[in-house]
Amino acid sequence: MSSKTDHPALATVFVRDEARTKWHDEALWFVRTKRDRAAAAVPEWETLRTTAEQIKAHVVANLAELLERFEQNAAARGIQVHWASDGEEHNRIVLEILKKHNVRHVVKSKSMLTEECHLNPYLEANDISVVDTDLGERIVQLRGESPSHIVLPAIHIKKEEVGETFHEHLGTDAGASDPQYLTEAARQHLREQFMKADAGITGVNFAIAETGGFVVCTNEGNADLGVSLPGLHIACMGLEKMIPRYQDLAVFTRLLARSATGQPITTYTSHFHGPRENGELHIVIVDNGRTDLRSDENFRRSLSCIRCGACMNTCPVYRRSGGHSYQSTVPGPIGSILAPARDAHQFHTLPFACSLCGSCTDVCPVKIDLHHELLTWRREIARRNALPRSKKWGMRLASAVLRRPWLYRLAGSMARIFLRWTPRWILYSKLNTWGRQRDLPVPPAKSFRQMYRERQKRS
Amino acid sequence: MNDSRSQILNSLRHRLPQSAPLPTMDESWIQFPDPIAQFRDSVVAVGGQTETCKAADLADTVGRLTVFDESKRIVSTVDGIAGNVDLQQVADPHDLEDVHLAIALGQFGVAENGAVWIDDHSLRHRVVLFIPQHVILVIPSRDVVHNMHEAYRRIDFAENHFGVFISGPSKTADIEQSLVIGAHGARSMHVVLVD
Repeated sequence: MSSKTDHPALATVFVRDEARTKWHDEALWFVRTKRDRAAAAVPEWETLRTTAEQIKAHVVANLAELLERFEQNAAARGIQVHWASDGEEHNRIVLEILKKHNVRHVVKSKSMLTEECHLNPYLEANDISVVDTDLGERIVQLRGESPSHIVLPAIHIKKEEVGETFHEHLGTDAGASDPQYLTEAARQHLREQFMKADAGITGVNFAIAETGGFVVCTNEGNADLGVSLPGLHIACMGLEKMIPRYQDLAVFTRLLARSATGQPITTYTSHFHGPRENGELHIVIVDNGRTDLRSDENFRRSLSCIRCGACMNTCPVYRRSGGHSYQSTVPGPIGSILAPARDAHQFHTLPFACSLCGSCTDVCPVKIDLHHELLTWRREIARRNALPRSKKWGMRLASAVLRRPWLYRLAGSMARIFLRWTPRWILYSKLNTWGRQRDLPVPPAKSFRQMYRERQKRS
Repeated sequence: MNDSRSQILNSLRHRLPQSAPLPTMDESWIQFPDPIAQFRDSVVAVGGQTETCKAADLADTVGRLTVFDESKRIVSTVDGIAGNVDLQQVADPHDLEDVHLAIALGQFGVAENGAVWIDDHSLRHRVVLFIPQHVILVIPSRDVVHNMHEAYRRIDFAENHFGVFISGPSKTADIEQSLVIGAHGARSMHVVLVD
C-alpha cells in the first residue's frame, strides 16, 4: 500500500471494456432485484431493519461488557479466547496455535477479517499452506487475485476465465466453461483439501454474549466441512460481531441472506458452542482499528455492518467500476467509509466514488446512514488535509465565489459569454476532465436572477 | 496477549456513546395460514424435496427414494431405518468420506425459509451432515414453526455443542451467478415430514 488509491483512475481502466462493464453492472443488479423480491415477501421487513438497528446500537454502546460476557461464557464451554490489537497480532496468534499442533495444511472458509489481516501470505511465509474453500474465493486465490466483493468474491470473473484457471490448476478440459462442470471439478479438488487439512479456519457472522457461542453462515457447506474433519478450529472475528442475546439471531438470520442474495436463509447456519470431541476450538477477537472507529461519533454506525453486500449490489458506482478499483478488502459504499477510517490519506478518493443517491442507505438491513457518512467523510478528508491539490484549490475557488454574491453574479455572466464564444479546442482541453465524456450545456442567454426579476416586473 | 485484551476493553470504555435499550422483540412476526404447506414450498424453493408420511410408513417412504436405493454406504440415526455404517464404530470422521447418504432426525422445521434445526446430540460426528452425497432429514410434521423467532425460542443452547439450520442442499452461484446445486455438501436434501 505504498501509493494512494486512485479510484477514478482504476475505474477508468475498468470501464474501458464497455461490454464487460455492462455485464458486471447487470450481474449485480440481478442480485439486487433478488434481494428486493425477498424483502418484499416479508411483511415486517421494515420492523426487522429497525430492530436490527436498535440491537446494533446497543452493541456498539456496550461492547466492553458484551465482549467480557462472551469471553466468560465461551471459556466456560471450553472455547479458548484470544485478543488481538491489530492484524499482525492476529496473524501471530493464529500461527502460534497452528504451530503448537504441527499444522501443515489449513482450509479456510470465507472471512473478510483474515483478508483484512493478510493472513494467507503470512501463514504461507511460515510454511503453512492455506486453501480458501469458498468456491469464489478459491477461484480468486488460484488466479492470484483478491476478492472483488465480500459475498460474491469472483463476481468480476467470467466463466470462460474460470475455465482457463481451472484448466491450468485443476486439469479440467480446455475451453470448458459450464458452471456445473467447473463447480463439480472444484468440489472434487476441494474434497481432497478437506481430507488432508490439519486445521480449519472460519470467520464469524455473529458471536453471542449470552451463550458464549458463535454463528457461521455459508451456502456451500465449506465452513462446516472444514472444521468437522480436523480437530482444530480457529474462528477469527472483528470485535463488532457481538450480539447480546441468542434471540437476536432471529432478526439477523432473517435479514442477512435476504439482503445478500435474496435467499430466505443461508443453506447452513451453524452454531458453535464448544469444541468437538477431542478437539480444540479457538476464537481470536480482533480490534485492528475498530475501537477507534467506535470512538468517532460520525462513523461509529458503520460498525453495525453485518457484511451482506447489499450496498455494493445497488451502488451505481460500484457496479460500474468493479470491486478492485477500491483497493480495499471491503469495497463499495461501506468499504468507502471503513477504508478512510483506517487511512484517510491512502483512501481519500473513496468517499468521492459516490453519487450520494442514497440507494445504499435504503437497502442496508441495519439502517446504516451510509450516504450521510460518505458525505461527512468528504468534509473530514478536506479537514485532514488529505485532498489532492487540484480538488483543494478547486474547492477554495468555489467557496470564494459562492461566498460573495457580486463575484458569483460576475462569474455567471462571464461564463455565459465564455461558454458561448470560446472555441471547442480550448473549452475541452485537458483541464476539463468533466467534459471528457460529456458536452457542456448550452449557456442560457439570461441568468435565473434576471429572468426572475423580469417576471416580477411583469406581474 | 493480556495487554491487548485490557487495551481493547479500556478503549471501549472511553468516550461511551449513549446506550440504546434493547428491543423487546415481542412483535407479531409472520404467521402462515398453513405452516406445513408453507414449509414444503420453502424447502422446494431452496432446492430441496419433501415427503409426507405416517410414522408407520417412514421406512417404506425413505426406502422408495432413489437416493436410498442407489446408496451403498448409509448412515442412519433414525429408529426403524437401517443404515450400514455404525457411527459408534467410527473413531475418525475422515472414515465417513465415502458415505453416500445420511438419514438423521431433525428437531423442527421453519416455515418461512425451509430450514431444519438439527444438533449433534445424536450424531457422534457432525461431519455426517456435510460429507455425504445426499442427506435426508426427518421431522415430525407437528414440529414446524412459523418463523425464526419461534425457532430460536425452541433451542436450548445450554444443552448442545453444535447445532445447525439446514435449508436445502449445498449450493453456490459463484461462477457468473449460475446456481449450481451440490457445492461441497449434500447434492440433494429431502425432508420427510412424519404425521
